Amino acid sequence: MAWTKKDLLDLEYLTAEEITTILDTARSFYEVSTRTIKKVPALRGKTVVNLFYEASTRTRASFEIAEKRLSADVLNVNVSVSSVTKGETLLDTVKNLCAYKIDVIVIRHSVSGSPLYLARNIEASVINAGDGAHEHPTQALLDIYTLRERLGELKGRQIAIVGDIAHSRVARSNIWGLTKLGAKVTVVAPPTLVPRDIERMGVAVSHRLDEAIARADAVNMLRIQREREKQTLFPSLREYSKLFGLDEEKIKDLPEGMLVMHPGPINRGVEISGAVADGPHSVILEQVTNGLAVRMAVLFLVAGGTSLHPESLGT
Amino acid sequence: MTLLIKNGHLVDAAQKLDGAGYVFIKDGSIAASAPGTPPASLHPDDVIDARGMLVTPGFIDLHVHLREPGQESKETIESGCRAAVAGGFASIVCMPNTVPTIDHASIVKFVHLEAQRVGLANVFPAGTVSRDREGKELADIGELATAGVVALTDDGAPVMDAGLMLRALEYARMFGIAVMDHCEDPQLTNFGVMNEGFYSTKLGLRGIPSVCEDVMVARDILLAEYTGGRIHIQHISTAHAVRMVREAKQRGVHVTCEVTPHHFSLTDAALSDYDTNFKMRPPLRAEEDRAALLRGIADGTIDAIATDHAPHTDTDKNVEFDYAADGVIGLESALPVAYTKLVKEGALPLMRLVELLTCGPAAIIGKDKKGTLRPGADADVTIWNPNASYTIDAGAFRSKARNCPFHGWAVNGKVIRTIVAGETKYEAV
Repeated sequence: MAWTKKDLLDLEYLTAEEITTILDTARSFYEVSTRTIKKVPALRGKTVVNLFYEASTRTRASFEIAEKRLSADVLNVNVSVSSVTKGETLLDTVKNLCAYKIDVIVIRHSVSGSPLYLARNIEASVINAGDGAHEHPTQALLDIYTLRERLGELKGRQIAIVGDIAHSRVARSNIWGLTKLGAKVTVVAPPTLVPRDIERMGVAVSHRLDEAIARADAVNMLRIQREREKQTLFPSLREYSKLFGLDEEKIKDLPEGMLVMHPGPINRGVEISGAVADGPHSVILEQVTNGLAVRMAVLFLVAGGTSLHPESLGT
Repeated sequence: MTLLIKNGHLVDAAQKLDGAGYVFIKDGSIAASAPGTPPASLHPDDVIDARGMLVTPGFIDLHVHLREPGQESKETIESGCRAAVAGGFASIVCMPNTVPTIDHASIVKFVHLEAQRVGLANVFPAGTVSRDREGKELADIGELATAGVVALTDDGAPVMDAGLMLRALEYARMFGIAVMDHCEDPQLTNFGVMNEGFYSTKLGLRGIPSVCEDVMVARDILLAEYTGGRIHIQHISTAHAVRMVREAKQRGVHVTCEVTPHHFSLTDAALSDYDTNFKMRPPLRAEEDRAALLRGIADGTIDAIATDHAPHTDTDKNVEFDYAADGVIGLESALPVAYTKLVKEGALPLMRLVELLTCGPAAIIGKDKKGTLRPGADADVTIWNPNASYTIDAGAFRSKARNCPFHGWAVNGKVIRTIVAGETKYEAV
């Protein structure tokens, strides 16, 4: 199907067809990064601004490489939160950038809803690279892409998302995306890290890691975000790790094909042991590689691209 | 100077008056109000024909932020009073969280003098409970009471120190004024920005649990019961708080409460696209809370409709959700929203709505000459047309602010004329 949206803000308001369109487009773009000359002219003449109001290494690098492989002109703007609170407003900053007639803004912001707020106020396309605890749509898309590559059809598959659900935009985007594609999602965490009424998003809730992973086709381990906690939500990392950390002992009886995912950055020894992260179940680095293809697809689609065949774009 | 309002439909909850009648005003006071046609013996200087209109006591709003002194870019006493009379409010209680706070007599005097200069609505300042609203030591409550404050509140913030609240309730008894509390335990609020529930979870916004209000309401009721003081719960928003007030009233505790139009007509679902014009404290709650508020309005648990008119500039509101100021304006939308939601679409008797806007709030601030058309009362009268149907346009408001959650609503009920002390202060064009 043809892509019609100006922005990619969330997965909540995408249809299963739109998600599939992005994933199929990403599959075409995956091949570009395997070439000797890793570049296509798909976004030649387009200007993309990466506007990051929160520290990020991985997501920003992934977007920047994706943009460059599509031949876009790229500008990186990093703004620390402290300069925001005393200086120029977000909208003023972005309107200034838009005066350069830019085409796409990739924004990461600590306040939920900021990408939508921008998208309603500017003509350029907005891609949400993570907003507060709301959504991180490209991360979920790359998670789903990875699951599809490994498991095929996701309908009826059991996916466990483990960890700091309360503060996790990755969890929310994954929940919307996976449930739209028919997967069964269980969130696993202590009650203090499970946000209220999350069942109404169509997921099951479990407080037992062993039970949840025993029936899972894949488990997505989230990072504990202590920096976002305003009050103590569990006694200690040591206790958390014992109850909800994934280590070799907990994983030893699970079938070989059970996938272990992590959106990164990993806290080795907290939510996941080094051995599991580097072990046979882990698809963590595949996620990173797939992320590049997914972001190329998203950039391509919101910037108005329609062809799904990068070969036809030349090199 | 005499004025006759005739041919209107009188609704005065204090007198249980509901029917065609007339009001005769002499020298700023009500000389007569009665059913039927005025006797020929009256020779008024002026006559208002209120055919097709409701004639009610002038409305009273217990909860208004006029922002002056200190934050005049948001609102001034003058612009706020213009908004008040345009909304049918003859009297407003202004909150003391100004800069400086209304915590000593000279600021009370300033507000009185400026309101007098403006000469539109009656402005009754509330004083702070604590010095500088810091919640540490009692303000000079006696001095404030003597200067004319009608209540005490640290509104915007709760009185967290239970010992201070106990002493405030005891001490205020001496002056017969209520202590009003913004009930919210900040440790439970924990930097929340909207009601905690499905919508905060989905939107990834930090939640404010309803229990943060409940624990404070429970505490305040217990302290009022223990001291015999008068507690007034501001902008009540939760089902449990309504239940506790209802039960406390049955026990004879001196507790009253107010509800805002936004809390009884909207829920947290309205936050779905992060519009900061739906951000306020307490936050819009869940549907079951809203339903409980409607029951409290119907059964008499809730004493008054108050707007919590909280003006902010576009700069304060047109920012990322977390950074946006809390609060919405309400003076110019309260009547149509309340009439449409409660009476027209709901089952509330008109008399009860009038009570919530007039004698209900008047009793809480001890103004027995306000909120009624009884002979001898102050001649504050609001004439309004319940059948007028129109769309709320915040752009046309008299308030300086535009942060109205009801902009674009199709409503019924329009203020036609607001009379304060016998003089017309607002007339619809």
